[in-house]
Amino acid sequence: MSALMTDAPRGPVRMRPARWKDVAFEQLTRLFALLVLGILAAILVALVLESRPSLDKFGLAFLWHAEWDPVQERFGALVPIYGTVVTSLIAMLIGIPVSFGIALFLTELSPAWLKRPLGTAIELLAAIPSIIYGMWGLFVLAPLFQAHVQPALIESLGALPFAGALFQGPPLGIGMLTAGLILSIMVIPFIAAVMRDVFDLVPALLKESAYGLGATTWEVVWKVVLPYTKVGVIGGVMLGLGRALGETMAVTFVIGNAHQLSKSLMAPGNSIASALANEFTEAVGDVYFSALIELGLILFLITTVVLALAKLLLLRLALREGALT
Amino acid sequence: MQGGRHETATIRKYAAAMLRRLIGAAGVAAGLIGAQALAADITGAGATFPYPIYAKWADAYKKSTGIGLNYQSIGSGGGIKQITAKTVDFGASDMPLKPEELDKSGMIQFPTVIGGNVPVVNLKEIAPGQLRLSGPLLAEIYLGKIRKWNDPAIAALNPGVGLPASDINVVHRSDGSGTTFIWTNYLSKMSPEWKSAVGEGASVNWPVGVGGKGNEGVASYVQRIQGSIGYVEYAYVLQNKMTYAQVKNREGSFVAPSAKAFQAAAAGADWKAAPGMYLILTDAPGKDAWPIAGATFILMHKTQEKPESARQVLKFFNWAYTQGDRLAEELDYVPMPDPVVRLIQTNWKAQLKDSSGNPVY
Repeated sequence: MSALMTDAPRGPVRMRPARWKDVAFEQLTRLFALLVLGILAAILVALVLESRPSLDKFGLAFLWHAEWDPVQERFGALVPIYGTVVTSLIAMLIGIPVSFGIALFLTELSPAWLKRPLGTAIELLAAIPSIIYGMWGLFVLAPLFQAHVQPALIESLGALPFAGALFQGPPLGIGMLTAGLILSIMVIPFIAAVMRDVFDLVPALLKESAYGLGATTWEVVWKVVLPYTKVGVIGGVMLGLGRALGETMAVTFVIGNAHQLSKSLMAPGNSIASALANEFTEAVGDVYFSALIELGLILFLITTVVLALAKLLLLRLALREGALT
Repeated sequence: MQGGRHETATIRKYAAAMLRRLIGAAGVAAGLIGAQALAADITGAGATFPYPIYAKWADAYKKSTGIGLNYQSIGSGGGIKQITAKTVDFGASDMPLKPEELDKSGMIQFPTVIGGNVPVVNLKEIAPGQLRLSGPLLAEIYLGKIRKWNDPAIAALNPGVGLPASDINVVHRSDGSGTTFIWTNYLSKMSPEWKSAVGEGASVNWPVGVGGKGNEGVASYVQRIQGSIGYVEYAYVLQNKMTYAQVKNREGSFVAPSAKAFQAAAAGADWKAAPGMYLILTDAPGKDAWPIAGATFILMHKTQEKPESARQVLKFFNWAYTQGDRLAEELDYVPMPDPVVRLIQTNWKAQLKDSSGNPVY
């Protein structure tokens, strides 16, 4: 009770002295929030201004030209964009099911004594610096791939009629497939941690009711838990995708850094972040420099578009939810 | 919480005392840092290739004279940008600036150490130094026109050597570098097709191959990928015990890479006749000369606004030329031959002046 009496005035009634603190606090937090928006806008403006020479010279065709010639100053972003998209796609294709499996196991299937250590292990995986992943990929995974995995894939999947083109070519160990695999290992902890947290939030009553009606564990997860947590799940996936799109060091070690477009996943390629990391410090000349900044601008826009699509997806799911009930 | 007002007062007094102490400490620290800075550190930025030797020289120089060197290895392009913006005392570039560019920016350049680019391969059947290659052959390999190790063109240079029928996996640099400039300059001299299709530069449009980041990246890829070929600085060949190849030089003899071969390339080069010391040492004349050698350069402004800093920089490099040779050789760099050092010192006297026209050195 005495805590509530702290701000009671001791003399004649006057304005509560705490009111200005409330106002100040609100303004301060508003300032922080607007600061974030401001920084975002400032980054966008800086990127656009610095890439003006390249925008003027190449225009929109920058997006679909594949050559990257610093000597003749002809640049095109197709190869880095393709590499970024493909490696992130591979990372998501492998990462989402595995994370889902991990989260499912941790919440529904695992014995109680295993939950804490396994959860901690997953979070530790997220804490490993990305350059360690890159080095591990180059020194451990790439030779393994070159000696065993890639030849096996080329023999088995390379012979298929259409998809086979994805798996042909000499086994180098490094390449877009290896980079995608490393990225998937890096995003799994993020997606799995978020999924596990939101799965835990599902009210037990909901799940028990479903079990009570005779649903199997799989039906409960697929039809009760997932729809309930879809906002969180999609948020987790977007977190992972954001990391995969922007990851630099791990990718640059194993992607092969070749400005060539090829159908095969075994071939080396390039990603936007990796190209920037490699070439930025030694880029001489306005056009070269602004072409690299324009690559950064494109990555910024890709991430924004992906985020917008995620929000749209959530909106449509929410609308459908209303219609179904 | 009845004693709230008293507690607040005590907290305020305590906070004020802490603040005074912090300001005092910050002031002392600033004074110390300021005092350090006043001990005339020289600053430089640029090429990554000579960074190990510059760091070693800086360390030894500081021990003997107390003046430190702060060198940032941000790449040749970065070095050129920084010295043009006059944010550092000197810039370092593996790629020399052409005389017109030097005149335009009002700078001089001089070489400090020499390195060699060495082709390295990963073939189980080949011992180090056994494989023989030539410039035109290397150009064809890097253009992607020769694709297999047992191609007749390679076999012709290596009679009796069992070359496998496997693919050649080309490795190059992914980042912009002076090593690439020297390599592509050599290939441009050796092959008109390379010159028109790709050209020379710190970063080029490679027709084939994978890119490794830094000399370390290329070395590591070549060691891991079977049947690969790449180019690295000589220091990396020795440290990683890689399989290097002999290359045919201008006189027609096959030379193995070594400090002596690089010095032969440097000695045969005519520095006096090169305006602005713009000299690329590839395809140098001389029976024992290594054909793919190159020097790394220092850039300084002709008119020095801070003559005292310039003097310190020149004293450092003078020390490096006269007393730093052994350190350079320990790190597998090749120091400049004495006649060239005398030429460089003459250039300093003649060309580096302060704002009133008096020579700095």
